[in-house]
Amino acid sequence: MSKTLFDKIWEKHVVKRIEDGPSVLYIDKHFIHEVTSPQAFNGLNKRGIKVFRPQQTVATADHNVPTLNQHLPIKEELSRKQVEALIKNCAEHGVELYGLGHPFQGIVHVIGPELGITQPGMTIVCGDSHTSTHGAFGAIAFGIGTSEVEMVLATQCLLQTKPKLMRINVDGELNKGVVSKDIVLYILSKISASGATGYAVEFAGSAIRSLSMEARMTICNMSIEMGARCGLIAPDETTFNYIKGRKFAPVGEAWNKAVAYWKTLFSDGDARFDNEIFLDAEDIQPMITYGTNPGMGIGVNDKIPTSETVNETDRSGLSKSLAYMGLTAGTPIKGQKVDYVFIGSCTNSRIEDLRMVASFVKGKKKANDVEVWIVPGSKQVEKQAIEEGIDKVFEEAGFMLRQPGCSACLGMNEDKIPAGKYCISTSNRNFEGRQGPGARTMLASPLTAAAAAITGEVCDVRELLINEMAEATN
Amino acid sequence: MAKSLNIVRSTAVPLNIENVDTDQIIPARFLKATSRDGFGKNLFRDWRYVNDDENQPKQDFVLNNKTYNGKILLTGKNFGCGSSREHAAWAIKDAGFDVVVSSFFADIFKNNSLNNFLLPVTVSESFLQKAFAAVEKDPSTEVEVNLEKQIISTAGETENFEINSYKKTCLLNGYDDIDYLLNSKKEIEEFETLEK
Repeated sequence: MSKTLFDKIWEKHVVKRIEDGPSVLYIDKHFIHEVTSPQAFNGLNKRGIKVFRPQQTVATADHNVPTLNQHLPIKEELSRKQVEALIKNCAEHGVELYGLGHPFQGIVHVIGPELGITQPGMTIVCGDSHTSTHGAFGAIAFGIGTSEVEMVLATQCLLQTKPKLMRINVDGELNKGVVSKDIVLYILSKISASGATGYAVEFAGSAIRSLSMEARMTICNMSIEMGARCGLIAPDETTFNYIKGRKFAPVGEAWNKAVAYWKTLFSDGDARFDNEIFLDAEDIQPMITYGTNPGMGIGVNDKIPTSETVNETDRSGLSKSLAYMGLTAGTPIKGQKVDYVFIGSCTNSRIEDLRMVASFVKGKKKANDVEVWIVPGSKQVEKQAIEEGIDKVFEEAGFMLRQPGCSACLGMNEDKIPAGKYCISTSNRNFEGRQGPGARTMLASPLTAAAAAITGEVCDVRELLINEMAEATN
Repeated sequence: MAKSLNIVRSTAVPLNIENVDTDQIIPARFLKATSRDGFGKNLFRDWRYVNDDENQPKQDFVLNNKTYNGKILLTGKNFGCGSSREHAAWAIKDAGFDVVVSSFFADIFKNNSLNNFLLPVTVSESFLQKAFAAVEKDPSTEVEVNLEKQIISTAGETENFEINSYKKTCLLNGYDDIDYLLNSKKEIEEFETLEK
């Protein structure tokens, strides 16, 4: 019988099925961080049990760590206590911790892939909804709550009901200045922030195939913003080349064996999906969000929707959203003033993102009244950026390169956007107050964010790119 | 935390807003505790207070309206989307709710609720709208949820709701998933040997 990519991985991890109920699903890799794990460890301690398979869990501190002066003790008391609890819990239970100061520390969804821990065919979970990122490698990866974190720590398993399956195909060639973040914001604008709830989504099509691993991660990262249980992309040579030689990648005979297995991980030609969507890459423009959920996105040259033109799913919330954002229905978003630019988060903080921004801003200066924060996804990304001289490019442009963490994506540390201020952000959520109480978030690609940093307003990055090309020819 | 649930009969609080994300239910800055208790006071924090000031409650927000109370929260569709923070379920439970009713729940929130004996009841959009109308018109309107029979009724309307039978058994009897999994250790170990 023909099978989907998801089926192939799922079936290999079912320990048993409960009649009329969920399956006991075996979890290969478990990532934990300081915010959603303390109560889980408390639960284990209360029961007097230890972590069942400590070598299959990896920990880091990312959500509430400061992104300046990380060598100093954390000032904020509650954040410090959470980080200290993580250190203590990991030590007591024999879990590897890449904490502050460790060369591998970083955002959990950045370090897993860059260390080669994330591999095709795996089941991967973490107490964080953006665990879907790891699906870019052809893995079943999803976010879980703290009770489930406790279950995985205690038994390396979860009780899970198999989701429905959706395939989203994006075919054709991308326009210049359009990158993977635009693809996913475009998909979201088409299917809404709840369009994939109850589904595992496989992303396919020639436009997806042509993407690098880091670009694929950006897409799978935001599959949760469509409500999807997880997002995944079939592994291919791009995937294998990315993993090869990384710290925890298999080597020698184990590598050959792994690749042979990974090559079987794709949806068979006649595999059935419960829902299938086809999109044209040529239709995608640089995207930006105007509202307070990630499905509320438009092309940078489009007008902010009115109650007549908005998607049906966002109609009832439109006026509340626009009031919060201080934006007017039916007017262009281009030209909207920007106060802050945040380039970072598990969506867009990898070395390719930083390189993309650096190559665009080289020789340019930020607009006077804009504050620009670049927050690398990990210590390794930071190190590489410095080695490549990208830090100097940022410095000359007036951008501030900070230290790794989740930072202004969710404002758990000091990196908050003040109330009423506009932030163009490469992160994944534009919910009310997400970047700080009253903060107004507009989601966009690193390129579109960098362009706004230079002009001080929402603009079409392609117009700047064209000017540059003209100057180069002159 | 009340373990086990069956019949909940109560007045309801109508939060008639769609796409309520978990950042609204409990903003990230309140996730710094290392225990599960006390999240209720920060439930919908930024919708409840002006400038985060408890002395300045927003009068038009339903949780500040003393006319509405009860153990049942009525909400618009796609409730609990966004972050996987279980703190959202803890906060709702801690604030005294046992049931959340919506026409559509986000997956992770639904799981988190079930793991905390907070029952998510998915109803049709038309039932939901009728419930909103009835409760908003008369705050003393009661809603009854019968888990055993999988029935919800209010203001003369009755509807069946779905719940998987395993989860239903857990809620009725106060069983945790973790107990089930711990009792499956032997099978898990056998599975590991087989797969390696």
